[in-house]
Amino acid sequence: MSYKVTEEGNVSTVFLNGEIDMDVTEKAKEVILPIVESGKEVHLNLKDVSYMDSSGISVLIESHQKALEHNTKVIVKEVSKSVLKVIMMAKLEQILNLE
Amino acid sequence: MNIEESKDFLVSTASLKEVRTFSRGVFEKINLPQDQKDELVLAIAEAAQNIVKHAYKDIAETSDRMEIKISLKDSDLEIGFFDKGKAVIPENIQHRKLDDIKPGGLGTFFIKQIMDAAVFKKDQKEWVNHLVLTKKI
Repeated sequence: MSYKVTEEGNVSTVFLNGEIDMDVTEKAKEVILPIVESGKEVHLNLKDVSYMDSSGISVLIESHQKALEHNTKVIVKEVSKSVLKVIMMAKLEQILNLE
Repeated sequence: MNIEESKDFLVSTASLKEVRTFSRGVFEKINLPQDQKDELVLAIAEAAQNIVKHAYKDIAETSDRMEIKISLKDSDLEIGFFDKGKAVIPENIQHRKLDDIKPGGLGTFFIKQIMDAAVFKKDQKEWVNHLVLTKKI
């Protein structure tokens, strides 16, 4: 997994790339959670994520819940087809902010 | 079409990518819709992850290996997982309720969603756990 972060005002966009499994979830959390905890709105762009398993879904849930704690939000954007399928399998499409 | 392929992997999160590559390679040889292949790869990866996460819980590093065997006989797909970790008590395996939104606990749910059956067998003397996933394809 690789990533890129861009900033625009109070919004940070995290572009994740590659496959997100248990081996890289700590790295993903290290990138995303401190931004959320700073109170910024986070846009997670998943267009280049080709695979995500339950560990990756856990990162999305944790980020979402952390954002609620910090009165901000995480918006999951441009979800690839394969990742959307896993999100829907977990019945999270109504819980996560998907755009 | 009949297929039987197996491979062993170091019990480590770093092996999960290799597990997916092996599984994708096997399913390349089978005429199935890509969506179904992707689901099967996910189920296999989740089961392998469960070995690392649960059978080897609290073991930071190990040189143990786990084996995955994918067999297709006619339309019966069987995927075997063999490990030497802590013995699994099948009755204790439960996925979390879907409306209890929290990180974790989804891997087993995905496996159950994708496969027809997941059964732990006690038929292998040289291994501790033998999980068998089956699906009619």
